Amino acid sequence: MRPYLAILSARFRMLLQYRSAAAAGFVTQLFWGLIRMMIFQAFMENSISPPLDSRQILGYIWLTQAFLLLAMVQGDGEIQAMIRTGNIGYELLRPVDLQCLWLSRKIATRLAPTLLRCVPLIGFAALMGWLDWPGLASALAGVAALAGAVLLSSCVCMLMDISMFWTVSGAGMNRLIGAITVFFSGQLIPLPLLPDAWQTTLAILPFRGLADAPFRLLLGQIPASHVVGVVAHQLIWAGLLSLLIRGLMARSLRRVVIQGG
Amino acid sequence: MSAIVVKNLVKTFKVAQRTAGTLGAFAGLFHRRHCTVTALDGISFTIQPGELIGYIGPNGAGKSTTIKILSGILLPDSGQVEVLGLTPWKNRINTVRQLGVVFGQRTQLWWDLPVIESFDLLKDIYNVPPGDYRQRLDELVTLLDLKEFLDVPVRQLSLGQRMRCDIAAALLHGPRILYLDEPTIGLDAVSMLAVRDFIRQLNRQRKLTVILTTHDMDDIEALCQRVLVIHQGHVLSDGSLDELRARFGRERRLIVDLQDEDGVVQDPQATVVRREGRRVTLAFDPAQVPPAALVARVTAAHQVRDLFVENPPIDEIIARIYRSAT
Repeated sequence: MRPYLAILSARFRMLLQYRSAAAAGFVTQLFWGLIRMMIFQAFMENSISPPLDSRQILGYIWLTQAFLLLAMVQGDGEIQAMIRTGNIGYELLRPVDLQCLWLSRKIATRLAPTLLRCVPLIGFAALMGWLDWPGLASALAGVAALAGAVLLSSCVCMLMDISMFWTVSGAGMNRLIGAITVFFSGQLIPLPLLPDAWQTTLAILPFRGLADAPFRLLLGQIPASHVVGVVAHQLIWAGLLSLLIRGLMARSLRRVVIQGG
Repeated sequence: MSAIVVKNLVKTFKVAQRTAGTLGAFAGLFHRRHCTVTALDGISFTIQPGELIGYIGPNGAGKSTTIKILSGILLPDSGQVEVLGLTPWKNRINTVRQLGVVFGQRTQLWWDLPVIESFDLLKDIYNVPPGDYRQRLDELVTLLDLKEFLDVPVRQLSLGQRMRCDIAAALLHGPRILYLDEPTIGLDAVSMLAVRDFIRQLNRQRKLTVILTTHDMDDIEALCQRVLVIHQGHVLSDGSLDELRARFGRERRLIVDLQDEDGVVQDPQATVVRREGRRVTLAFDPAQVPPAALVARVTAAHQVRDLFVENPPIDEIIARIYRSAT
């Protein structure tokens, strides 16, 4: 475990240094949050018996803003560059499992910027009265599901990175998976607002574990007792994706060519 | 037990070919032609613990490919390799634990971190006990003179400083074999000598097995007891520098500084290879004409200010080997 924890903490410490990026992120997310608030207000005033009331949606919007970087999957530029330039050679020279090494890195990459941004945003939203304290049980359940979301989003991101073994640029894969994830995780629109016919599919797909499920647990819209099911759903998907990644990596590393002297 | 055994190693690469131009690019969408490039064509050699080997060959000869296979990051087509008794690509993690590798053109340090933090991270990645780490770090810092820039982020280091740090980083876990891929490339004279001294010391005192690939023949001359020359995937020659000289360049040079500007030196058993002002360079074969006899003849026939005999530069010998192979 020691090598993996060392990578995780080194990366975490490094990312915590980016304070001005966090400040800029705070302002941007605040701005978008306000816009989304207005859009949803307009919708709610014109709809008949929506599945969520406007107070619930308000809280949901601010949580998506606060945890934007957690749920927004992105390829890791550094890993993609490593694969492109051949520096992956050095990664393979370490006496560690490459997948676990990269997973530790990912977890830190998801965790550090999220922590820097979510604290001020949640504080601000609570201060303005847009977020209510959900009670201890729901808060704990929400945090557990957020931890699961970190793991799950790390796995999705890694899948994006290793697509680099087959293509030269990661940009296409980043866009494609990014767009799918934003929509199906409920970051644009809370999933209960989507058509009823979709709900079963949405519940099975991995994406709701990234945003919708942890947020609604935190808001108390999903009872705290459902946390076991939510986390199990996240873990099963994280496990399946990890197996897929492992298989793909084993295959590609067998034929990978480390170019350059 | 031998440190490294390589038997009949073969590695080919498939390279996609494309016809030039727009039409060619378009055709490539539907049908791609591949050609196979043979990087290693049945290479065999054995290296004993404590040897310092120069592994040389022209660009594209297969040097880096060999190093990558030996470190388990590339899978060969066929052949056997044992590094300290392990097959690297089947047992990557246990093999690389024993290896230190420096690719001169890349760095293994974390670009944004101060050097010392990269070192600390490597300590954890290789699971080095704190006591051993302290001791090795102190030693490396003294020997390579790293003290002044341990706290500087890697991106701010000069090339020479970075290279010394990279070499230290490759040794923190106490490897038994060290691969150095062009460790002196682009270094200034002072750094180059420092790096060479250090490598020599490691090998002589610590009995570390070292494989050095380089294009710098001075590196080879200064360091290597044994030189392995490869070309187009084959081993061309394997032996000491003296053997290499004996086989491929028996000739010697007699350099004469004449008294007068336009003196002409002629001798039936030597050829003039160069003439610069008063200086004339003669090439001769010591097996045919004893150097002393030639010197006597030349000094008898001409007014000579100074003269000396030397071996042809190793670069020329190597170039001759490469040419003779093609």
